[in-house]
Amino acid sequence: MKSFRITQQEIVFVVFALLFLFCSLFLKGFLTSENILTLIQNVSVLGILALAMAIVVIGGGIDISLIAALAVPPGLVLQMVQNGHSLAGSIVTAFAISIAFGLINGWLIAFAEVPSLFATLATGIFLAGFGQAFLFQVDVVQWSDGMSGFDRLGQASVLGVPMPIILFALAALAVAFLLRRTRWGAYIYAVGDNYSAARVTGIPTRPIIVLQYVLAALIGCFAGLVLAASVNSMPTRIFNSTLIYDVILVVVLGGIGLSGGRGGVINVILGTLLIGTMLNGMTILNMPYAAQNLVKGVVLLAAVIADSFLNPRNEETAQQGDI
Amino acid sequence: MVSYSKWLTAGLIAVGVAAASSGVFAAEQGLNEPFQGAFREALTGKTIAFVPVAMNFDLTEGWWAGLKKELKPYGVKFELRDPNWNTNAGAQAVTSLVSEKPAVMVIHNPDVQTYAKLLKRAEDEGIYVVQINMGSAYRSSAFVGANWIEIGERDTEAVVNACKGKSNKIAIVQGALSAAASAYTLRGVSNVLAKHPEITVVSSQAADWDAAKAKAITQTVLKQNPDLCGIVGFWDGMDIGTAAAVKEAGLTGKVFVATSGGGERRGACDLVKAGALDLDLSYDVPTQAAQMAGTIKWLLSSSDAKAGAVKGSEYTTLIPITKANAEAATTCWNLDDLKKEAGE
Repeated sequence: MKSFRITQQEIVFVVFALLFLFCSLFLKGFLTSENILTLIQNVSVLGILALAMAIVVIGGGIDISLIAALAVPPGLVLQMVQNGHSLAGSIVTAFAISIAFGLINGWLIAFAEVPSLFATLATGIFLAGFGQAFLFQVDVVQWSDGMSGFDRLGQASVLGVPMPIILFALAALAVAFLLRRTRWGAYIYAVGDNYSAARVTGIPTRPIIVLQYVLAALIGCFAGLVLAASVNSMPTRIFNSTLIYDVILVVVLGGIGLSGGRGGVINVILGTLLIGTMLNGMTILNMPYAAQNLVKGVVLLAAVIADSFLNPRNEETAQQGDI
Repeated sequence: MVSYSKWLTAGLIAVGVAAASSGVFAAEQGLNEPFQGAFREALTGKTIAFVPVAMNFDLTEGWWAGLKKELKPYGVKFELRDPNWNTNAGAQAVTSLVSEKPAVMVIHNPDVQTYAKLLKRAEDEGIYVVQINMGSAYRSSAFVGANWIEIGERDTEAVVNACKGKSNKIAIVQGALSAAASAYTLRGVSNVLAKHPEITVVSSQAADWDAAKAKAITQTVLKQNPDLCGIVGFWDGMDIGTAAAVKEAGLTGKVFVATSGGGERRGACDLVKAGALDLDLSYDVPTQAAQMAGTIKWLLSSSDAKAGAVKGSEYTTLIPITKANAEAATTCWNLDDLKKEAGE
């Protein structure tokens, strides 16, 4: 019977292939190398964020505070440079704040045993509010002369490939290496698959959970820097947007089960490409905004339903605060 | 007798000197201007409540600082309710203010309908309502703000002009669909396009006031239409992304980018100077704040203008920022300096 079961990864790949084929055949100007590069570039930041989310979801949690981690520390970099601090010092500060933020998230979830959904929901609102109240003058932090050169991170290209794509690829390689080639990566899978079993086996489950959230915050900060560099500003208001749903959409759509312990970087890449193709196709079609949201909603719904069929919940994997 | 007349003379002189000197004294005291006392009294201790859609961005921070700068010296008290983009929280803030009865409410509407009835109730209760930049369906004592339709028309005219002799293909990057400012601007765009059938709109998409989305849309559109000649954007804070896409495609100077905004230096003049934007219609926030403050002074000091009895509009005279005036010191303003002037 096993051979008849298809994984979500295969379904997504087939859907992606069909969608890509459809766009290539019916949309004029879709299948050009330039448009494909634009397509990937436009979802690179989303893809990097989805890598962070994937680490946490594979480890059996979820990180709703990711957009705050994307907006606030990189926003602080722009603000500090605007106020006359050095670029290097500002970036170090931002990463330090990200690590502290990840530690707080991890501590709340691993040691205080607050369900990840609620813990990160609260810390995300806290960090965004803290940024708005104490760090930023206005919520779109503008570029300043001290940042010159840094925009290459988001706007330059190497051999015709835009920088954000390269950075997405590098991040994907790093995360894939962590998950598949290191002991920590194996522990993350173990903790996500069955927390109690992992604990009994002697895996340091709590530190592993803390590690997940620290990594997520750091990757979020990195994604934010790429975003800021590509639009020459940091719109910190992005925290209020629906970006976090897009990130979850990519992860779930790609086939990383929300119950944890399944999937990998390849799923993130598939999910990102599928979303990218959808967005790009809808933009070329000049589809109205409301219709675009409708399409995205239907696709997410289908993905979640497929997820619950293919990765059914059971007592072993069910957790408090599970979504 | 001699001594007596001497005393008399001395007395007369003394009286004369006293009279003369008292006359001089009166001239030094000056004349009393009959209305200023009442004016000061009308303002002192009055409360002005401000409900923006959110603080922390150049427009609302600028209005707030500008109002304080103008009215604080007269002993006016200020109260701020920041709903932070939450329309429900805004409606609650307005409702609670109606019962707290400030003298004036300065309201920045999130849309046309939500606050309309509440604002009418406020004016029925005797609170003056000044609406800023986004009016509601209820016309209150005063509206100060940009004419979005005019902005759409002038930006589009500029783009149409720049397209003469070129491909005549343009793109429109809208704000958020739910925002009336965006819908009004779009009407202005349509008004002009109706007169120019030669123009083709290859893309008209909403980017949600988000620079990253604006960039993504513009990149895709430029790849499909490398001969695009102009883009009408709806807000400079978002069109920094539009401009980044044009720059990355190496089309700066070839694609005319027109947009609008509050005219803050870093967000407007600096971008025009750098060539990222070709036209930025500014509704100059400090001038808007000064006009609101002037209206508030007039309303509070006039004994006849009961709340809702007079209704008028002050549409903002736009400053078109182009390469020609972007360097000038007075074209743009600076939030830090305005805040300092307001004593913050």
